[in-house]
Amino acid sequence: MTSPPLVPVRAGFLPLVDAALLIAAKEKDFAREEGIDLSLTRETSWANIRDRVSVGHFDVAHMLAPLPIAANLGLSPLDVPFIAPMALGLGGNAVTVSKRLWSALEAQGAPSDGDPARVGAALRNVIKADQTRQERLLVFAVVQSFSGHHYELRYWLAACGIDPDRDLTITVVPPPLMVDALKSGRIDGYCVGEPWNTAAVHDGSGRIVTTKSSIWRSSPEKVLGLTREWAEANPLTLAALLRALYRASLWCEDQSNNAELAALLAGSDYLNLPQAVVLPAIENRIALGDREHRPIADFLTFAGKAATFPWQSHALWFYSQMVRWGQVAHSPHRAQAARLSYRPDLYRQALSGLNVAMPGASSKIEGALTERTHLPAARGQLVLGPDGFFDGVIFDPDRIEEYIAALHKN
Amino acid sequence: MSGSELSILIIDENRVRAAVIEEGLREAGHSLISIISEMAGLVRRIEEAAPDVIVIDLENPNRDMLEDLFRVSRAVRKPVAMFVDKSDTAMIAEAIAAGVSAYVVDGLRKERVKAILDLAIGRFNAFERIRAELETARQALSDRKAIDRAKGILMKMRHVGEDEAYTLLRQTAMRQNMRIAKVAESIIATSDLFGKGDK
Repeated sequence: MTSPPLVPVRAGFLPLVDAALLIAAKEKDFAREEGIDLSLTRETSWANIRDRVSVGHFDVAHMLAPLPIAANLGLSPLDVPFIAPMALGLGGNAVTVSKRLWSALEAQGAPSDGDPARVGAALRNVIKADQTRQERLLVFAVVQSFSGHHYELRYWLAACGIDPDRDLTITVVPPPLMVDALKSGRIDGYCVGEPWNTAAVHDGSGRIVTTKSSIWRSSPEKVLGLTREWAEANPLTLAALLRALYRASLWCEDQSNNAELAALLAGSDYLNLPQAVVLPAIENRIALGDREHRPIADFLTFAGKAATFPWQSHALWFYSQMVRWGQVAHSPHRAQAARLSYRPDLYRQALSGLNVAMPGASSKIEGALTERTHLPAARGQLVLGPDGFFDGVIFDPDRIEEYIAALHKN
Repeated sequence: MSGSELSILIIDENRVRAAVIEEGLREAGHSLISIISEMAGLVRRIEEAAPDVIVIDLENPNRDMLEDLFRVSRAVRKPVAMFVDKSDTAMIAEAIAAGVSAYVVDGLRKERVKAILDLAIGRFNAFERIRAELETARQALSDRKAIDRAKGILMKMRHVGEDEAYTLLRQTAMRQNMRIAKVAESIIATSDLFGKGDK
């Protein structure tokens, strides 16, 4: 019996550790086993990823989690509806500052354990001192306006009493150019995905001060993004791809594969970097402040804690931040459009034949679980949490208007 | 056209390609054209150029930064849309396939901008064709050189004539399912290794 021909699927990605699921799905044959010939193309900007998916050059892509939402809210240049039927992991970002700024932070008592509240307090003092001396504003970079990096950086700053619009300047720099921008002094710090924080530490030009996982534990970062049109035209292929990516996520999460995964990602077709720069994120060991590598719980999660489930509460949190920072005006209709950008129904359907502990709900109260919690789920038990924000604030997706109103008062 | 003439900015690190587009635009009667090939100080230079239309190549990693700039900066005349008409998907797909994107200040007449973009797409495609042709020609030249050198080595070592040396090369290539130039290169490498090269 001959097997049916493989179905080609074209995917775009940016050189980041959290492209791991797509890369492993191809290189470890999870895609092939699902009947898919997965081809991967490295891109140079998120704008290219968005545009090439929009016009059909790519079928799917490694995408910033807020991008499909922004597209559906009309904030994108092209009017093409996007969906996110799967997340590509949780966490994976960090905040890095120049050595000069790190010295100033240390002098203000910033610890080397990544504690966002204490590092933020030190940063607030540095900014205050700069303001008294009438020095120029600090410049922090993120990778895109509609990105987890942008929102978590702003969330952290604001919760520490720093006004991200008045007390400093936030600009956009592509991930691979972050280290150079820091070294040249054009920026003083940035929030980016790995390996571009560790790269600055290796290079000697920066110090990592805190992590996404410390600001919001087990928080969303990248999704599999595609057009609704492609999903509707290719339901079986999409389901097969989701299964392949799910299997890839289990392989990536298995610690015995850490070295092999680092070697794969470091390859010239993918990140094209030394393995030593790629490995720390995969091992959840980050060199903070004093450059001592230390274990960071849940720094980057590929599979556990339902890491690939597209929670609609995640979509709504991103939406709440778009409203908070004036990117879009709130309306119930827009909130609905944001929520429906994430498609847990497609995820459930695709994985129904696998032995996956599936969340019963499509939304959860973010920050409600202060410790590891076993929840009953379809097929066995689901372990979630802790998933809190560092300032202890809770996000209830059913009370989004109150949440936004409370944020505006701060 | 004076008074309402459009100011066009080309952002492209490939200076030759930028010049090719500029030439095309000038031939089409545009004279307010500026080019940025150095990404340092990009924001300030965009502000100075105050463009109505920006043409940028897709290889440029700074597109996310540019879009952010158009979204928030007061220095750049806003609002800016990518392309003129979101619904013109054929044109957008064509531009992206050619490797070019455009940003346009709002309120411009569609036909005026479409002509500029059509021209840029045409020039990008032509440039890509010329680049591919050049690459083929360069490859052919270096193949020819390698084959000539390998023939010389074979003639000396096997004491055969030129035609026979070429036949030997061709037969080996067919047997090993390789390009003749590849066989020639390995003969040269081996010969260099044994110090019997014909240099």
